[in-house]
Amino acid sequence: MKDSSPSNSPSPFLPFSLSPLRELLFPLIAVVAAFLVGGIIVWMVGDSPLLVYELFFSSVFGSLDGIGYTLFYATPLIFTGLAVAVAFKCGLLNIGAEGQLTMAAFATAWVGLTLPHTNPYLVTLLAMMAAVVVGGLWSGIPGVLKAKFGAHEVITTIMMNFIAVGIVTYLTQYYYKRQGDPILETLPIAELKDGALVGPHLPRMHALLAPLGINFPERLPLNIAFLLALLMCVLVYVFLWKTKWGYELRAVGISGTAAEYGGISITRNIILAMLISGGLAGMVGINEVLGYRYRYYDGFSASYGFTGIAVALLGRNHPVGVFFAALLFGALNRSSLFIDIFTDNVSKDWVVILQAIIILFVACEAVFRGGAKRLLGGKV
Amino acid sequence: MSNETKPAVEMRGITKRFGEVLANDCINLAIPAASIHAIIGENGAGKSTIMNILYGFYSADEGEIFVDGDQRSINSPREAIALGLGMVHQHFMLVETLTVTENIILGAEPTTGIAIDYKKARARVREISEQYGLKINPDARIADLSVGQQQRVEILKTLYRGARLLILDEPTAVLTPQEVHEMFAILRGLKAQGKTIIIITHKLAEVLALSDHITVMRDGKVVGQLATPDATAEKLASLMVGREVLLRVEKAPAQPAATTLEVKDLALTDKQGHAALSAVSLVVRSGEILGIAGVEGNGQTELIEILAGLRAPSAGEVLLQEKNINKLDARQRKQLGVAHIPEDRHRRGLLLPFDLASNSILGVHRNAPISGAILLNQKFIAERANRLVQEYDVRPPNIALAAKSLSGGNQQKLIVAREMDIKPNLILVSQPTRGVDIGAIEFIHKKIIEYRDNGAAVLLVSAELDEILSLSDRVIVMYDGRIVGEVDPKTVTEEAIGLMMTGGK
Repeated sequence: MKDSSPSNSPSPFLPFSLSPLRELLFPLIAVVAAFLVGGIIVWMVGDSPLLVYELFFSSVFGSLDGIGYTLFYATPLIFTGLAVAVAFKCGLLNIGAEGQLTMAAFATAWVGLTLPHTNPYLVTLLAMMAAVVVGGLWSGIPGVLKAKFGAHEVITTIMMNFIAVGIVTYLTQYYYKRQGDPILETLPIAELKDGALVGPHLPRMHALLAPLGINFPERLPLNIAFLLALLMCVLVYVFLWKTKWGYELRAVGISGTAAEYGGISITRNIILAMLISGGLAGMVGINEVLGYRYRYYDGFSASYGFTGIAVALLGRNHPVGVFFAALLFGALNRSSLFIDIFTDNVSKDWVVILQAIIILFVACEAVFRGGAKRLLGGKV
Repeated sequence: MSNETKPAVEMRGITKRFGEVLANDCINLAIPAASIHAIIGENGAGKSTIMNILYGFYSADEGEIFVDGDQRSINSPREAIALGLGMVHQHFMLVETLTVTENIILGAEPTTGIAIDYKKARARVREISEQYGLKINPDARIADLSVGQQQRVEILKTLYRGARLLILDEPTAVLTPQEVHEMFAILRGLKAQGKTIIIITHKLAEVLALSDHITVMRDGKVVGQLATPDATAEKLASLMVGREVLLRVEKAPAQPAATTLEVKDLALTDKQGHAALSAVSLVVRSGEILGIAGVEGNGQTELIEILAGLRAPSAGEVLLQEKNINKLDARQRKQLGVAHIPEDRHRRGLLLPFDLASNSILGVHRNAPISGAILLNQKFIAERANRLVQEYDVRPPNIALAAKSLSGGNQQKLIVAREMDIKPNLILVSQPTRGVDIGAIEFIHKKIIEYRDNGAAVLLVSAELDEILSLSDRVIVMYDGRIVGEVDPKTVTEEAIGLMMTGGK
């Protein structure tokens, strides 16, 4: 009798509507609940939860700085969140975004260091392409291994992370570091000369908004890569839900046997999904190298690749959800320093705890739904 | 033994809700002792629910159960067994690597101190087997037994535990015609020795041949209770469906024309070196239905999947309209007009979480105008899906619903709609009406014949012999990966074809 009553709930795969309220309800509850639990923790260590909440909101929304930094911190997480989401839609768990973005960031810097800067715009463009291509290839390898030999992508992608760090550290240390530099970083690809940045790079938001009469502080590292991230949200959405390729990719993610029946190649789509996923992860390198540091800097990634999994999970593997989840995590990053400084006992690790609680609640969704089902006597 | 005046089991006013769904609505049921009682109804009519309540899997929201005249509350299968009830499920619950005796005593091991008393158990199993004519060797391994024998082991298991009332869920679904006859003989024997039997089924012919009383259920209610001599297949079918149903497939004689499909010496050897198919050759002409009879697992699945482009053969040729299509994949074959209604609609035929619109394009999703060069044509897809849902009476007709929320019959109608919409030359149909209600069966059969009459060649595989014989214009029989003969569906007897199906020719 399980299937005798067709439920009237719209399917989340309906191409026309996103049924956003229903889908976002649970992540929203998870976030609110996490903040409440986080408040209890603050109270237990002897500080005022209200003060911490106030610090969170004021540090994020209280100034252009707050908004700028929040968006800047959110940018890499949008990329990695989308990367994980695309792979997931094909039934794959890409744990290797960290390695993919590391390789991509180095490749970006390498293009900037290797090509002559006669036309910095062209070099910038090529460096961006390098990020996408190298990120994509780095995750394409596990994709091929999975598609052709059935090697599990969780194992291979995580191993590829270590290989990536090894290669990049070696190259930086022995070939691309400035002599005597105690920091593990490459030579810069763009440098300040007479107050202007010379060399391939992406303009910051300041430069973009100034012609519109908006005085966005120049010191803020928020750059064009953020707009690229927004564009990617749109493109990923269109690709997955509006194109025949996205349809095939999602079909493979739902049922390999049914996809095969529909003449859809499982092999091809697994590889395609991993290429796209890695390409998206690789775009973190664009933000980092071309938009912010203008060099490859060892350990630049604050675990963006892994946080991307949490972002995708919270965002329901949907570009809109990923965007908002990345904003939330960006805001938490932004506020952590303020919370650390302006409270007596709460350290910035509170934010990490909060993120963990959010994920815990989201992961518990099935349990909660089951509970609700029992309460309502069967169907929900 | 049993008291003639008191029914073996009586259920009064049983009501069971799953959320908003009323699965059983005030069911009254009295089963006379030492009789065979059939409970029939379509999928979702509530017949399994009422039996699961009796067997203690579910508890009823309202109502009372009487066993041998005493009111009882049955809260678990263990309590049901203690009251002398036994249930044989459609899917056997046997451990393949253990022997018959080991399986039977599992969970109820006779012991001498802490050691299991196998000797005593084996003797008891042998004794029961002989008493009821089950012909089961207590020391045989389950894996070595045929499906029919395994089912008898299940019956033996319930008897060993002292069952006086046996509930059998779709007992003949997995049996060959011969095995069905043997099963009937055994059930009649059990009745003669005072056992009470309830069978849940949807096969009307078997109900009429076997039972003493019939309860018909529809939409969670009892809609008819009658003695078998008063029943006819037509009467039962219309009670089950709630309207007049055409049970016999009405079709004009076939008008076969040119050869559409020709299969030459097809072979398939699996990784273990076992031949799943050997030297299969057949021809299906335009305007005819070729049925493949056979017990499941004798190569039919592999044959259809090779023809659909889902598997590569080890040897042999597949010609579609005289063109070799061996190298073409499933989508390319669909372009050439090969429709495929797969045997497993959940694994193959549908993307269950996707909505009906998305499911309606599976396999044709790259064709113009469904898709442009890049973007899917959402408007066209929606219009087409709405048209298909209307034409093929898919209920509820809401293309935004997930495919998994539809009943089996409606899921199947959606697949049939999608496959027929390509205007096929060749239709590969596998188990088209499995798990599908009578109303939908009638509809699907009509559609298959309609397309045959329009000139399509149809290759039909079904485990339901009735379906094969009534629908097909020609019938071939498969056994152990080979075609063992061709029969005329109009004249062949069930015995003759059954013998061929078990390789006995």
